[in-house]
Amino acid sequence: MKFSVMISEGPYTHQASDTAYNFTKAALEDGHECFRVFFYHDGVNNGTRLASPPQDDRNIVNRWSELAKEYKLDLVLCVAAAQRRGIADADEAKRNGKDADNIAPGFRISGLGQLIEAGIRSDRLITFGD
Amino acid sequence: MPETKKFLYVNRKAPYGTIYALEALEVVLIGAAFEQDVSLAFLDDGVYQLTKGQDTKAVGMKNFSPTYKALGDYDVNKIYVEQESLDARGLSLDDLLPLTWEDEDDDWAEKDSIKVISATEMAQIMEQSDIVLSF
Repeated sequence: MKFSVMISEGPYTHQASDTAYNFTKAALEDGHECFRVFFYHDGVNNGTRLASPPQDDRNIVNRWSELAKEYKLDLVLCVAAAQRRGIADADEAKRNGKDADNIAPGFRISGLGQLIEAGIRSDRLITFGD
Repeated sequence: MPETKKFLYVNRKAPYGTIYALEALEVVLIGAAFEQDVSLAFLDDGVYQLTKGQDTKAVGMKNFSPTYKALGDYDVNKIYVEQESLDARGLSLDDLLPLTWEDEDDDWAEKDSIKVISATEMAQIMEQSDIVLSF
């Protein structure tokens, strides 16, 4: 089955990203295809490479980056949500006159249309939120 | 591109206090460009999103409720509000924004977009939808 995922909450405060990660990993290992993982609301905070969680805890951001590398996942941060919350790639940083970007490897920034397209093109769209 | 799918946007939270209502509306407006079958549901505190006379000056947030009136122009005209949620909050249809759309198949007659329905009917609408996005 071809599925997509929407994540609506940031890392650590809520379990949404952990559960979405476990679901996505299990589904991929089971042979299913992931069309896209879309991060919305505070979910865009899952895509900052500046996160430095304690060594003895899971690294939620790195975990997504590694899964993306292994399975060529399309991890998309909503541009409007990312701008509000200070998540930027090099292009976005330049466009908004910022002195740095902070997007993590394997993620990209794009529009809400990517979420709608994921709904249209996937057999299932599964949301993970509060 | 596959055939048209039924998208249902479920709005459950109050308009202010969290950003979910505002960002949900942004999804609906962008999604309207994809020519899908779109419905909106308002239940629980989400019914407050459609109330008339919102004044946000004191909280320093943008009052985005006028945007709901534009939904008709985007061909988003199936707006379901749960009766039980209105009742529990002492609200009625008269307290809600008069959302309308113009039916081009009926000489552009102005029609109401909001339908107040029961929780049972709401469950059926969810059941019949292909994509349910809950905010």
